[in-house]
Amino acid sequence: MSSTAITPEASFQDSHEEKQSFIKKYVFSTDHKMIAKQFLITAIIMAFFALLLSILFRIQLAWPDKDFPVLEFFLGKWAEGGRIKPDFYLALVTIHGTIMVFFVLTAGLSGTFSNLLIPLQIGARDMAAPFVNMLSYWFFLGSCVVMTASFFVESGPAAAGWTVYPPLSAVPTAISGSGLGTTMWLLSIFMFIISQILGGVNYISTILNMRTKGMDLWKMPLTIWSLFITAIVGLVSFPVLVSAVVLLFFDRSAGTSFYLSDLVIGGEILPNEGGSPILYEHLFWFLGHPEVYIAILPAFGIVSEVLSINSRKPIFGYHAMVYSLMAIAVLSVIVWGHHMFVTGMNPFLGGVFMLTTLIIAIPSAVKAFNYTATLWRGNIRFTPAMLFAIGMVSFFISGGLTGLFTGNATIDIQIHDTYFIVAHFHFVMGSASMFGMLAAVYHWYPKLYGRMLDNQLGYIHFWLTFIGAYLVFFPMHFMGIDGVPRRYYAFTEFPFMEKWVSVNILITWAAVIAGLAQIAFVWNFFYSMRNGKKASKNPWRATTLEWTTEVKHIHGNWEGEIPTVYRWPYDYSKPGHPDDFIPQTVPHSETMSSNLLQDFHDNEEAIKIQKEWNKENNRVESES
Amino acid sequence: MYMEINKEEIFRTHRAQKFALWLSMIGMFMLFASLSSAFIVYTASGVDKGIKTILPSAFIYSTIVIVLSSVTIHFANKAVKKEEFAKQKTFLLATIVLGVLFFVLQLHAWSVLIDRGIYFINTNASQSFVYIFTGMHLAHIIGGLLVLIRCLIGVSRKIPYIRNLYRMELAVIFWHFLDIIWIYLYVFLLLYQ
Ligand code: HEM
Ligand SMILES: [Cu+2]
Repeated sequence: MSSTAITPEASFQDSHEEKQSFIKKYVFSTDHKMIAKQFLITAIIMAFFALLLSILFRIQLAWPDKDFPVLEFFLGKWAEGGRIKPDFYLALVTIHGTIMVFFVLTAGLSGTFSNLLIPLQIGARDMAAPFVNMLSYWFFLGSCVVMTASFFVESGPAAAGWTVYPPLSAVPTAISGSGLGTTMWLLSIFMFIISQILGGVNYISTILNMRTKGMDLWKMPLTIWSLFITAIVGLVSFPVLVSAVVLLFFDRSAGTSFYLSDLVIGGEILPNEGGSPILYEHLFWFLGHPEVYIAILPAFGIVSEVLSINSRKPIFGYHAMVYSLMAIAVLSVIVWGHHMFVTGMNPFLGGVFMLTTLIIAIPSAVKAFNYTATLWRGNIRFTPAMLFAIGMVSFFISGGLTGLFTGNATIDIQIHDTYFIVAHFHFVMGSASMFGMLAAVYHWYPKLYGRMLDNQLGYIHFWLTFIGAYLVFFPMHFMGIDGVPRRYYAFTEFPFMEKWVSVNILITWAAVIAGLAQIAFVWNFFYSMRNGKKASKNPWRATTLEWTTEVKHIHGNWEGEIPTVYRWPYDYSKPGHPDDFIPQTVPHSETMSSNLLQDFHDNEEAIKIQKEWNKENNRVESES
Repeated sequence: MYMEINKEEIFRTHRAQKFALWLSMIGMFMLFASLSSAFIVYTASGVDKGIKTILPSAFIYSTIVIVLSSVTIHFANKAVKKEEFAKQKTFLLATIVLGVLFFVLQLHAWSVLIDRGIYFINTNASQSFVYIFTGMHLAHIIGGLLVLIRCLIGVSRKIPYIRNLYRMELAVIFWHFLDIIWIYLYVFLLLYQ
């Protein structure tokens, strides 16, 4: 094989590790592993910010009549007299949702783990376009900064909900958050979309073009499959949000009427005529629904991987897992109307959307069953990552079941915009995807930082978060069924809701405790970077390629040649093999005692050799 | 400690980057597709909606100009393959000039529309959409022009042949794409005028 020493001409310029300046290594890095860390840490910071916001509005919901002077100290005019203002309450839920959905569960999840895992698991030296990849991170950081900065403008941040529906978002004079705050929201999301597209094209192209020798598509780990499909879904749906956002921007700032009609504000008739807010909803949800799957698909892949490794069993139904990912991805772009059942849509159209929506339950159920079957009679190791993965499956089932109710147009008309919806999506996305992400952090931390996280803290983190999340979101179903609407500032004004205040107190306490539990996580995360136990090369005894690299990161990932792949990634506890795992890099010729004839597909030659070997060694030929 | 990387890996990276460009064009196409479907839905919402005017003839000229620019960049690409760098430069320059001309013609078309009283700020948003389509396309044209200028700087600075060739290859794909998007938008608007 011809090797050449690389001149600065080539794509991999900074091979001289020691000579890299601090800026080049930690700030403007084009190395996918460093970019992954940047995504992750940014997302963790944003997640804490969003968590803090949620605690603030939970305090308001639990004690709507109490004053908390300390709030005024921190929030100033937004909490005069120690009570959060209604306008600010709306801003809190808006920014909480936006950060969690976009910055944490999209960029933080697929951004981090696409960057870390794609090159490492398919056997590539880096992404297809490392520079573009770096830009992707910088656009993301920019959007985080703009979103956060909107807290420091006079009129406050956007307050029309994470979906920023017009007209509330489109008329700058509507509420204080509709002013500069919403413009900044739009700018931030615009940058975010660019970041997603730049990242996404890289992920897809890298997976399709840069796999190492032997790594055909059906030998890819499910993490790669899920990140791949996520990136495709993002690529076709995010640009649609650009349209929605751009038109909204002009409605706000230039005076066009794409979404606006017949509005009177403070007795004054607005000039905008002839637009339709429903148009916005269509554009938004064409992204919005796929977006929720963009948040869950990577978690699916991660959980498949973690469950299989820690059950020491092959994933149950590998092909079914891939096909169900594909089915979910395809269906996810034709169901957006289920968010709009109450917009007065044609009942026939509503019926169509209902049908497509409910069909998603099938591939979702396939996944749930396959996860369970993977655990079945496994040799389970309860690492923190494993617990979070199991937790993810639990939340996905709990939340998926309520999806069947919301997906029914007739039922949804009752529960739309109530706490039932809040409960639904916090289980299925807020908790399930978040647990998937945490599972990934615990599992791949040794790969990220070369050290292990502390297990004890991991267990505390898991149990408090798991129980806390159920306590927070489970009661919300009942509130929703009773008709308690979401996004209301105080429940004390409506006699029928007053009885729920006591439940709100429980929820808030549970949220506070679950929130505090996250301190165990950040402490663990940052402390272990320097002080954790040193990780070995393959701490989980896993089969995939990322564990064949050295613990210490080098640019280009593998010192010499990139390893070749010979088998699928789930050879755990294969009968006949002395070890309970066989790395993907081990050729079948070295594992004669455990090979199955089906491992060779239709390779006559190999089958013949194997049969001969079996006969010589008195091995009973097994077909299964 | 030089990292050893074989040539094959570099070629593979180039191929992957080109593929990424194709993918990003799918993304851009989705943007225009979603705008067109928004337009269709909006225009169907009332008889008072719709473009309700004949498109300015400037659009015909701009179409001719951008098609021409696709031809010149094609020649530029041919030249670079034959290593005729002077010719490559000329054709690149011609493409850039035509690109700028296209830009100017689009702006001119806007002024024609404004003279007819068809404003961007309009209670018949179908007419605002005309500005949105052309404006979003022009935003991409700016990107395209930057790519072309980068190519031009590349040849002028005599960057290594491989990189020159590669830059040109990407630029050509992207510029043809912008051309095709404009033709799509123009035909779309013609159908609705
Ligand atoms: C069986 C599968 C599912 C079905 C049938 C389903 C159905 C629905 C329906 C009909 C709504 C709209 C309810 C309303 O606003 O009245 C909804 C809301 C929502 N769903 Fe699901 N869903 C499913 C799975 C998921 C998954 C996997 C996620 C995320 C990972 C998710 C995230 C959300 C979110 C975020 C909302 C609320 C959006 C908002 O109004 O703010 N859903 N779901
Ligand atoms: Cu949905």
